Amino acid sequence: MKQRLFTYGWLLSVNLFISTFTFGGGYVVVPMIRRFFVEKKQCFSETELMNMAAIAQSAPGAIAINLSALAGYRTAGIGGAFISCFAAILPPLIILAFVSAFYQSFISNPIITAVLKGMEAGVAALMVDLIIDMCTLITKQKSMLLTAMVPLSFLAAFCFRINAAIILCICALLSVLHIVWQRGNSQ
Amino acid sequence: MSEIWVVFFTFLKIGMMSFGGGYAVIPFIQSQIVSQNGWINETVFTDIITISQMTPGPLAVNTSTFVGLQVSGFFGALAATIGCVLCGTLLSLGLYRFMKAHQSSVYVMEVLNALKSASLGLIISVAGTIVLSALCDGEVFNQSAWKLPALTMFVLLLAALRKWKLHPILVMGISGVIGLLVYQ
Repeated sequence: MKQRLFTYGWLLSVNLFISTFTFGGGYVVVPMIRRFFVEKKQCFSETELMNMAAIAQSAPGAIAINLSALAGYRTAGIGGAFISCFAAILPPLIILAFVSAFYQSFISNPIITAVLKGMEAGVAALMVDLIIDMCTLITKQKSMLLTAMVPLSFLAAFCFRINAAIILCICALLSVLHIVWQRGNSQ
Repeated sequence: MSEIWVVFFTFLKIGMMSFGGGYAVIPFIQSQIVSQNGWINETVFTDIITISQMTPGPLAVNTSTFVGLQVSGFFGALAATIGCVLCGTLLSLGLYRFMKAHQSSVYVMEVLNALKSASLGLIISVAGTIVLSALCDGEVFNQSAWKLPALTMFVLLLAALRKWKLHPILVMGISGVIGLLVYQ
């Protein structure tokens, strides 16, 4: 019981912390979760984190919130998921409540603008770092189809602006067809 | 039906339909909030996007809080935010449990692997937009748009990340302080 409460407390504080520092879009949550859950506490493995990230991305809604809920669930069951989710939405809720009261002066504040402009470069570096690691994990599987899906989904999303749901569905369908085809061949 | 329920269901719908996250969902949120319900006007919506970039947290959550506050105060914000995240988290948990329960199935594992590859592609696409906007405001072919301080900082931080595995929060802190020194 004590152990359980301790885990809940840890989940609450770590998610509050992560959520407060997640500037520049939800994907920065992935390296954050890796740092706290995989490297520090060893709650689950890197591969499992990538599975969770894929699921969080495939479900609708914000990837940051979905991933927090999954990491909490994996660590401490449904209660953990609830606490993590709560802790993930609390900081933006409070900050936005403050900001919305005087947002005109907030937007035009030169100090805030300068800090955020600097942070853009930090977010960019974090994302590229994450992508290099993820690419290594995927090419390790030594599957032509799975490796080829990465640049193809990128092109579909970046150049042709195809909806993410459609890209995810097509890739899932292709993988099923691939297995069916492989099984047909081996018989 | 009270206003709070309308807010809740509208954001439930937004949460349900927003695949891909981030900037891909802006047009849908806009159509629901600005055109259909008229809760805020076009200018305020653009302001929310700016604020969202300046504050932590996902765009959809920030928008829901902001709009909820404007329409019916604190409880409106709460209803909007819960509506916005409910569907995605429940579906994530369901999908995760399903994948766990069928780990031995070749089909399920291969679909999961395909989803991993596809989401990496999607992440690269988002990262592309972020990197280009940070380094040259998205104007790749305009030489004068390239920002030397940002480019230097990006290269150095990335090298440091690869070599020493810096803490993400440290990276945000460093880049924020340098931004303050360079851009102010």
